[in-house]
Amino acid sequence: MSKFKKDGNKNTPAVSTASLPDIVFMLLFFFMVTTVMREVDLKIKLNQPEATEIEKLEDRSLVDYIYIGEPQNTSLYGTLPKIQLDDDFASVEDIQDYVFQKRSDRPEAVHGAIIISLKVDEETKMGIVTDVKQELRKAQSLKISYSTREKVDKNSF
Amino acid sequence: MARSKRELQEINAGSMADIAFLLLVFFLVTTTMDSSWGLSRKLPPPILENQPPPPPIKDRNVFTVLANANDQLLVEGELMEISELRAAAKEFIANPQKKEDLPQFKEVDVELLGPTMVSKQVISLQNDNGTSYNLYIQVQNELEAAYNELRDELAMEKFGVKYSVLEDIAQHSDLPSESEPAKAKVKAIRKVYPQRISEAEPKETGQ
Repeated sequence: MSKFKKDGNKNTPAVSTASLPDIVFMLLFFFMVTTVMREVDLKIKLNQPEATEIEKLEDRSLVDYIYIGEPQNTSLYGTLPKIQLDDDFASVEDIQDYVFQKRSDRPEAVHGAIIISLKVDEETKMGIVTDVKQELRKAQSLKISYSTREKVDKNSF
Repeated sequence: MARSKRELQEINAGSMADIAFLLLVFFLVTTTMDSSWGLSRKLPPPILENQPPPPPIKDRNVFTVLANANDQLLVEGELMEISELRAAAKEFIANPQKKEDLPQFKEVDVELLGPTMVSKQVISLQNDNGTSYNLYIQVQNELEAAYNELRDELAMEKFGVKYSVLEDIAQHSDLPSESEPAKAKVKAIRKVYPQRISEAEPKETGQ
């Protein structure tokens, strides 16, 4: 049995951490490639509806966002749905200015291709959404996209 | 000057992991995984003041969908569940039995397909100010699904490929030899089943 007896004062060798940087770098590159900088700080509750027939917005640089929903801080802003443009709450009248300003940031050649993505909470009533759409029409910004989550189609299994 | 053959000392890479971790944490915090998916729509241009009114459309060619403030649907004058909408819309758009009360047809010369009977369908969608956004999206989604299913069926019949596949090739293929014929096919299918969803100005009722 002495063959298997342990050598009393032999230390266990430390686990090599030489490959740790490699692992971390791998993760790092993954996140660097997939990352998209957060556009804005959300000030509204946003729970988007689900849909199946959705398309991906290919070119993010041509997409502007309008957020509509109940404010997160209801004690300060109340529970009525509000519009958020960039980082601030805005009113319906501000939408045309917002669209024009965003448009002027881009070269004129792509003005027709700009898409407004409406990120609207599913609890919102259509009244405010319709008002926003009317403003977009007045601003001649006619390409829109209703942002949704993807619903898993039960029939496809 | 005889240089001593001292071995070059290795740079200590122990802190490499720390630096990488720091960057990693930064990207972890700033990242958002949400991708922009959505239902794409085109708004009608604003109405000019002295614009002539559009020509009237025959009743049988219009499929009216009304959504009220209680999230109920009235389709062609009948109460309907959202789950039935897709089938109803499909029957209306295609009108397979050429019924008298469903849309009329017009013969159109479509490229690749030859003369085809195209129905003069229009879907009219009207919602209330109190309709929930969720229902609105569901209705939009079902109508879009109806069009897509019909287009899929037609593409399958004529070209042996699904419309969605054709669309994908037309958009994403780098080879012009693949994307050009796909584009022509997509165009032909769209001509047979054009998506005509018109949204009426909302009514302020049932507040």
